[in-house]
Parts: sequence; C-alpha cells; structure tokens
Amino acid sequence: MDPFRPTRGGGVRAGLAPAEASLLRSLVGQVMTLIAPDGPPPRGQPDDLLDWDGLFSQEEQPQIPDDPVLARLLPDGYRDDPNAAQEFRKYTESSLRSAKQQAAQEMLDTLPEAGGKIQLTHDQAHAWLKALNDVRLALGVRLGVTEEFEEQWGRLRADDPQWAAYEVYAWLGAVQESLVKALA
Amino acid sequence: MSTAPAEVDLPRSADNPVTDKPWVTIVWNDPVNLMTYVTYVFQQVFGYPKRKATRLMLDVHHKGKAVVAAGAREAMEHNVEILHGYGLWATVQHDS
Repeated sequence: MDPFRPTRGGGVRAGLAPAEASLLRSLVGQVMTLIAPDGPPPRGQPDDLLDWDGLFSQEEQPQIPDDPVLARLLPDGYRDDPNAAQEFRKYTESSLRSAKQQAAQEMLDTLPEAGGKIQLTHDQAHAWLKALNDVRLALGVRLGVTEEFEEQWGRLRADDPQWAAYEVYAWLGAVQESLVKALA
Repeated sequence: MSTAPAEVDLPRSADNPVTDKPWVTIVWNDPVNLMTYVTYVFQQVFGYPKRKATRLMLDVHHKGKAVVAAGAREAMEHNVEILHGYGLWATVQHDS
C-alpha cells in the first residue's frame, strides 16, 4: 500500500494492491451485512391498525444488541439510566445504522475492486474513516483486543488460526493512521 | 446524519428531576480507537483546537473517560449520536 497523502483541496490519495482492495471490500461488506436493519416489520393488514394489544408492546422498544460487535457499533447513549438509553436508542438507532451503511457504501463506491490509485475528496475520506473504523471495531471486539494488542499478538504462535486476523487488524490500524495523518 | 428528534416532554422520574444542572457528553476509553483518530474526531465534531482535542483524548486514554462537552440535553444527545457515527464510545450524563 502507498499510504494516504493529502491532496490540494482537502482530499487524500493512496495506492492499494489488488489483494488489499479485495480484503477491504470484503471486510466492509461484512460490516454492512451486520448493521443492516432487521427485515421490514410484518406488513400490517388494515385491521392491524386496531391491534391495541400490540400498541404498547415491549417488542417495539429496541434493546442493546446481544452480539457484542453490534453492541459496540450501536452503543447505548446513556450508561446508568436504562430508560433514557432505551429512549435514545428508539430515536437514533435506525439513523445510526443508515449513517454507517451509507459510509460503508461510499467507501465501496470509491474503492476499485482491482485496487490501484485511490483519490478521495474530504467528504469521501470521512466516509472511509468511519467505515474503516467500524471494521476495526468489529474485528477488535471479535478478537478481544485490549490496550496490550502488541503483546496479545506476540503471544500467538505463528500457526494460530487467529494470527492472520491479528495481522489484518494491525494493517487496518496502519491504514487508518495514515488516513488520519493525511487529513489532520 | 439526522439531528436528535425534538424532545417530547415526558414526565421525568422523581429521582431525575428537571433541574438547571448541565448535561454532559462523556467519551469512554476503548482499546480499538487510535489516539490520533480520537483527537481528529474531537477537532472535527467540536471544532476544538488541536491542543485541546489532544488533552481531552489523553484524559480519555489515561483516566478512562473525559467530559468533552456540556450544555442542553438535546445538544448532548446530538453530540453522542455524531460520535457514535465515528465509532467513539460516548454517552450523555446529567452532571452531578
């Protein structure tokens, strides 16, 4: 990879090998699948408008996701107040999911499948920042990464099945770092 | 990203009365977000100069959390929504 560099006008550019581009596309695609909103609610027949039983049902209240990765990507907005957290989630979770989907899609749209030169405007670079970060969060949670990432990685044997994922995680950190530096 | 919806004036529970105490936006430490990234996000979202953004990032890193903004509840909720969009671990809290 040629690291990100600033371009005139507030954008950035970089170069990616085909395998790198394909890896990024696959990871971003996986996060998109994960954060896609659940399927549409069951279509209500006109009679369902009078379904008073369901009007105050708890099922309508979105909860913090069980999957730790999703819980990290869509965290609670309040820490010690479950009611406020639920209320906040009710009003923001679906727009947060859409915003994350949009950033991921924008990254895919500006990431050629064959790699090569990447040229991004400032706004596109921000979409990359967010989408890349979501991939790092997802992978970091799955791997159980702590502040001592280097030590964790160092303790793995080279034939550990997770070794490649640690390497990818480290590489994603370097890509993100180079993008931040080019923008800052 | 949409703004926080207009607040419907729901009754507050007795242990959380409406007072003029400010609300705050808190960012919590996490092992994934890069220090440079967190600093950059603080600069972008709050318009803080690099020095202040760096100091707040270091507070998050060393103390586990930092208050990054204070004000009306709606504004703090809006901040948190934006910070979640950047993948930072942020919450709203009533200042005590």
